[in-house]
Amino acid sequence: MLPDKSFLLKLAQSDPSELSALEREKVAFLNRERLTRPLVMVNSSTSGTVAGAKETWEAIEQYVADRSIEIDLRESGSIGLSSEEPVISVQLPERTRVFFSRVTADKVSSVLDDLFHQVIPDQMLIGQLRREGQVPWNDVSYLDEIPFFALQQRIVMEECGIIDPFSFGEYVARSGYEAFLKIIRSYTFSEVCDLVTRSGLRGRSGGGFPAGKKWKVAFDTPSDQKYLICNAEESDPGAFMDRTLMEGNPFQLLEGISIAAYAIGSNRAYIYIRSEYKDAIRRIDNAIWQLREMGLLGDNILDSGYNLQISLRKGPGAFVCGEETALIASLEGRRGMPCSKPPYPSTAGYLGRPTVVNNVETLSNLPGIIRNGPEWFRGIGLEDCTGTKIFSISGRVRISGLVEVPMGTTFDTIVNDIIGGVNKGRELKALHVGGPLGCMVPVEMMNIPVSFENMKSRDLVLGSGGILVMDDRTCVVNTVRYFMDYVDKQSCGKCIPCREGTRRMAEILGSITRKPADEEQYSTLERFKGVMQLENMAEVMKDTSLCGLGQNAPNPVLSTLKYFRQEYEEHIFDRKCPSNTCTELRSWFIDVDMCTGCSICAKRCPVEAIIGTARHPYFIVQEKCTGCGICYDVCKFTAVYYK
Amino acid sequence: MVTETARIDEILDRFPQIKRNALIPLLQAVQDEFGYISEEAIVRIGAHLSLPTSKVYGLATFYNQFSFSPRGVYHIALCNGSSCHLGGSGELFGELIKLLEIGDGETTRDGLFSLEVQSCIGACGQSPVMAVNGTYFSGITVKELREIIKQYREDASG
Repeated sequence: MLPDKSFLLKLAQSDPSELSALEREKVAFLNRERLTRPLVMVNSSTSGTVAGAKETWEAIEQYVADRSIEIDLRESGSIGLSSEEPVISVQLPERTRVFFSRVTADKVSSVLDDLFHQVIPDQMLIGQLRREGQVPWNDVSYLDEIPFFALQQRIVMEECGIIDPFSFGEYVARSGYEAFLKIIRSYTFSEVCDLVTRSGLRGRSGGGFPAGKKWKVAFDTPSDQKYLICNAEESDPGAFMDRTLMEGNPFQLLEGISIAAYAIGSNRAYIYIRSEYKDAIRRIDNAIWQLREMGLLGDNILDSGYNLQISLRKGPGAFVCGEETALIASLEGRRGMPCSKPPYPSTAGYLGRPTVVNNVETLSNLPGIIRNGPEWFRGIGLEDCTGTKIFSISGRVRISGLVEVPMGTTFDTIVNDIIGGVNKGRELKALHVGGPLGCMVPVEMMNIPVSFENMKSRDLVLGSGGILVMDDRTCVVNTVRYFMDYVDKQSCGKCIPCREGTRRMAEILGSITRKPADEEQYSTLERFKGVMQLENMAEVMKDTSLCGLGQNAPNPVLSTLKYFRQEYEEHIFDRKCPSNTCTELRSWFIDVDMCTGCSICAKRCPVEAIIGTARHPYFIVQEKCTGCGICYDVCKFTAVYYK
Repeated sequence: MVTETARIDEILDRFPQIKRNALIPLLQAVQDEFGYISEEAIVRIGAHLSLPTSKVYGLATFYNQFSFSPRGVYHIALCNGSSCHLGGSGELFGELIKLLEIGDGETTRDGLFSLEVQSCIGACGQSPVMAVNGTYFSGITVKELREIIKQYREDASG
C-alpha cells in the first residue's frame, strides 16, 4: 500500500519546521520514531538468507501467530555484519531499537520471550540504535559506541539495515528525495555538474576519475539523446558493497541516478545489474514501480518539464563487463568486449550517443552531497580524495562485513580496530586489496592512509575496495594463482597480451604450486626462470593490453613478487608451501602408532607409493608420492597426516 | 502438454521489437523458462531477430549465465569467491568432481545433479558456501558435503 502521495511530496520539499504538528506526527510514524505495535525487522538480504534468515522469518511468524501477538514484521537490508547473520532488530513502542546477531530459527522464541517481557537477552545482543525521543534500554550499549560502528563514518550506508527498503515513505521521512526535488526546481544541468565537481567526488569503482568532470564532457557533447548507466555488475569475488547498498537502500541509489541523469541532461538511464543479484533486483524493481506511481519517474516530473525513465537490465555475467565499454557492448546485445578509448563513452557510448557510466557507490553518494552541500563533502576525507569509501572485508577475520570510513583512514584501523583483526591465535600476514585485479599489501604497509593517490604512488591499487584478509595459514602464491585462474577464465580474448598473458601466468603459477612431474636436474632452474618471465610478461601486459582488465591483471603477481618473494622461493626450491595450503606440495606420512595395517591406502594409491605388509604399519615412499591425498581420504584410523 | 516450440514462440512474442539489444533479454527469458538454452531456441531466436545462428550462439557462449545442457534435478551452485577459496572451496570442488563424476557446467548422466561454480554468491562471511536448488549450506567441510550429497541421493531414490 502506498502512503499519501501529495503528503510525501510535500514532505520531500519542505523544511521540517514548516510542517504542522499533525504532519510531524505523521512523519514520526513514517520513520518509525513512533510505533503503534512492536516492530521486528529481519535482514533478508543475501548474506542473511544464506545464514538462514528465511527460516528465522518463518519462526517469527509462527511465534506471533501462536501467541496472537500483533507485530509489524518487515524485511531490512544488512547493517554490514555479514558474518553475524541472521541479524534481526526489534523495536517496542516508545523504546529504542535493539539489534541481535546470529538469531537462527531455534533462537527466535528465547529472544522474543525476553523482549516482550521488557528484558534484554544478554546473548546475541549487538546494541541499540540511538534515536531521540525514545526510551533507551539500560545497560545496553549504543551501536555507535561499539568499536565496529564507532570508528566508521557512515554516510552512504547510514540507513542500510535500518530502514525498510520497500518503503518509499520511510525513505522520504529520512530526508530522501529532498536533493532531487531541490535540483529539478532550482538548478540548471551544468550547475549540478559544477556542484559535484566542487565536492571532489571521484568514481568509486577503481579508476578514481572525478565524477563531475566526466558528466561535464557528456553534457557539453551535443546529441539528440544521452544515456546514464549505473554499473551494478559487481563481479569481483569478495566485493559486496554495491549489492548491500542496493538491497539496503534502493531509493538512495535511484535518487542518485536521477540526479546524475539530470546533470548530463539525459532522459534515459539504465541499471546494468548482475543477474545473480535476485534480492537486489526485486528491491530495485519495486522501488522503480513506487517512484513511477509517485510521479518521480516518467514524463514531466512534477511539472518541471524534465522526463526520466530508468530501466533495469540484467547482465548475463561476465567479469569484463565491469569495464565501461564492454558493459555498453553488452547492453547493445553484443559480446561484452571492450573497445579502445578514445572515443570515451562520455562522447560516444551507448548506441553512439554520449553516455556516462557510474557505479552504485558513486551514485549513492549524490543525494547526500546535494542535500548537505559540496563543502560538507569536502570536509570528509582527504584534500585530494574526498568523502568516504566502503570496504568489504572477508577472509580469515573475526568479523567480515562492510566498513565505511573516510578516505585517509589506514588499513591498520580498518582491519585491527574495526574488524578486530584475525582469529585468535593467528597472525596477520597480508591484505589482498581490490579483488582479482588488486594487489597484496604486506603488514608493514598497513599504516598508509587509504586514497587513490597514496596507493598509486606505492604501485598498489585500491580497486573497488574488497579486502581479503590473510593469516599465517594462507598461502600467498596459492591466492595469487587463484586470482590469475579467475582472470584467465574471464579474459574476453580480444587482445593478445591479456588473452595469452593471463593464460601463461596461470600456467607458471600452477607449476610453482605443484610438485614437478620429474626431477630432471634443471627443473628447479626452469621453475625459477618462470618467476623471471612473470615479471617480463607483466610489463608487456601492463603496457599493451586494451582495457583495465589486462592492464591490471599482473598486479597481484607483481605486488607479491615484490613483498613476498621469499614465499615464491620456498615453493620453488624447497618444494614446500609454508602454510600447507598447496595440497600438491604437502608431504604425507603414516603415523606408526595409529596405523593398523589394513592396507586400504596401499591398494588405493594410484602411484604405488605406499608399501608394507598387512597388519603392520605402512610407509609412504616420498620420492614416489604425488601428494594427491587419497590415502588421507580413505584411512579410517586417521593415521595419515601431512606436514 | 505445451510443446517446447510453443513455449519458445510464447517467449518470442513477448519481444516484438526486432532489435539487437533484445537478444540478451530474450536468451535470459529462455534460460529462466527452461533452465538451459536448447539448439532449437537458438535457431528460432536467430530467425526472430534476423541474426545468423552462429552470432546468437557466439554471444550466448560468451556469458556465464547461459548453459546448454538441461539442469539436473538438484542444481548445485558452489561459490568460488576469494573468501570461499580461502575457506576451502577448492577441496569441495575436487570432492564434488569425485562424487558426481562431472565438471563445472555439466549434468550427471542420470540427470540427478548438475554442477555450477559461481564466482561469488555474496555471503563472504560464511565461507565456504554452496547452494542446492536455492537451499544454502554455509561453512561446510568435505565430510559434511559427502553427507549432503548422500542425503539428496536418498531423497531421490526414496
